[in-house]
Amino acid sequence: MTKSELIEKLSDGHELLNKKDAETVINLIFGGIGDALSEGSRVEIRGFGSFSVREREAREARNPKSGELVKIPSRKTPFFKTGKELRERVDESL
Amino acid sequence: MTKADLIESVYLTTGFSKKESAAIVEMVFDIMKSTLEGGEKIKIAGFGNFVVKEKASRRGRNPQTGSEIEISARKILTFKPSQVLKAAINEDF
Repeated sequence: MTKSELIEKLSDGHELLNKKDAETVINLIFGGIGDALSEGSRVEIRGFGSFSVREREAREARNPKSGELVKIPSRKTPFFKTGKELRERVDESL
Repeated sequence: MTKADLIESVYLTTGFSKKESAAIVEMVFDIMKSTLEGGEKIKIAGFGNFVVKEKASRRGRNPQTGSEIEISARKILTFKPSQVLKAAINEDF
């Protein structure tokens, strides 16, 4: 499912929601989560999961082609932990 | 940030009532949950992909007792953030 398919499904499933509104809602949700993460905040969606930012330490690695040693600076990465309800629903569909 | 904050921003932006805004936000996550439950992945451009992966059964150990146990095959959900999201999070203010 792509973002535009999600927008379509949302609009189809709700009487009052046209496609333009559905697009606004989807952009607000993912834009909002992204903005919160950029500020370093944690986002928790009950039953779905939580988004947080994790720090990756600086490390030295090798360029596999040239064998050259490169320093990789510390950086932040988004992390998603699946919520209990969704984790169980995904697994039980086996 | 919680679902309540997302509902508030939908309410303030769209003109739907608070009750309707709550139902709409709830519906978005319900659609996503059923899609993933069906094993289908979700790709949100500029944000990331939610993908269901199948893990084979394997032997593991109970870290407390040291006894060997069989870990059954399972399905797990993974999130792969997009380059756009990663870049936004690493931007300096």
